[in-house]
Amino acid sequence: MKHLIAIVLLVTLGFGIYSVVMDMPTFGDPENPGNKLSQTEIVNRAVEETGSQNVVSSIITDYRAFDTLLETTVLFAAIAGIFATLIDNNRESGDVKDEV
Amino acid sequence: MKFRDTIVSIITRFMLPFITLFGLYLIVHVHLSPGGGFSGGTVVGAGFVLLSLTYGISMQERKFSHRTSTLIESGGALIYIILGISAFIYGQPFLSNLPIFPAGTPGRLFSGGFIALLNIAIGVKVASTIVALFDSLGGEDLH
Repeated sequence: MKHLIAIVLLVTLGFGIYSVVMDMPTFGDPENPGNKLSQTEIVNRAVEETGSQNVVSSIITDYRAFDTLLETTVLFAAIAGIFATLIDNNRESGDVKDEV
Repeated sequence: MKFRDTIVSIITRFMLPFITLFGLYLIVHVHLSPGGGFSGGTVVGAGFVLLSLTYGISMQERKFSHRTSTLIESGGALIYIILGISAFIYGQPFLSNLPIFPAGTPGRLFSGGFIALLNIAIGVKVASTIVALFDSLGGEDLH
């Protein structure tokens, strides 16, 4: 039963990913936004589109803000892993000196 | 920690305000000059690490406790997401900047929509991440 649920979930997830991948533009097509949009065009448009003088930060936290959100999630995952492995939650604060 | 070096402690006391101020400058002036939440947060966090290396972890615990750092660490990402979701009220996509937040004049401190606000959230989060990592790896028991 557990395996059946897992298989159904994986097939649903796989279908979602497959349909998204099929909708993506063709790899290497010169008409893709990534190939068509030149760097100078972004530099020229960034100030009026974001109101920020620093183009790097306007790309990081405006055009690619979702990417930066997940970047901070990576930090959260790292610290959650450290806390899960290194910190013993069962130990009371007063008992430490008694054990040693 | 009983060991205390005179030179290190005096230089730390002298330099720590400037280190923290430089980190805050990097965070807040992100839309005007090179910098950003990640680099500025690292500088602020390194200042707190220097404090705890010099005066012991109990001093740092008094200024910026382990509990506070873990709370802020989770809160930074929450502020980021709330700023992104606030675009929904105006019918805009997630994390959309200019139609919702005022653009201001480019080059002034209050400009650039939510770029500075997002970077404040990132910087607070990165700084508290570094402090919390140092505390948990530091070896002294804080719980």
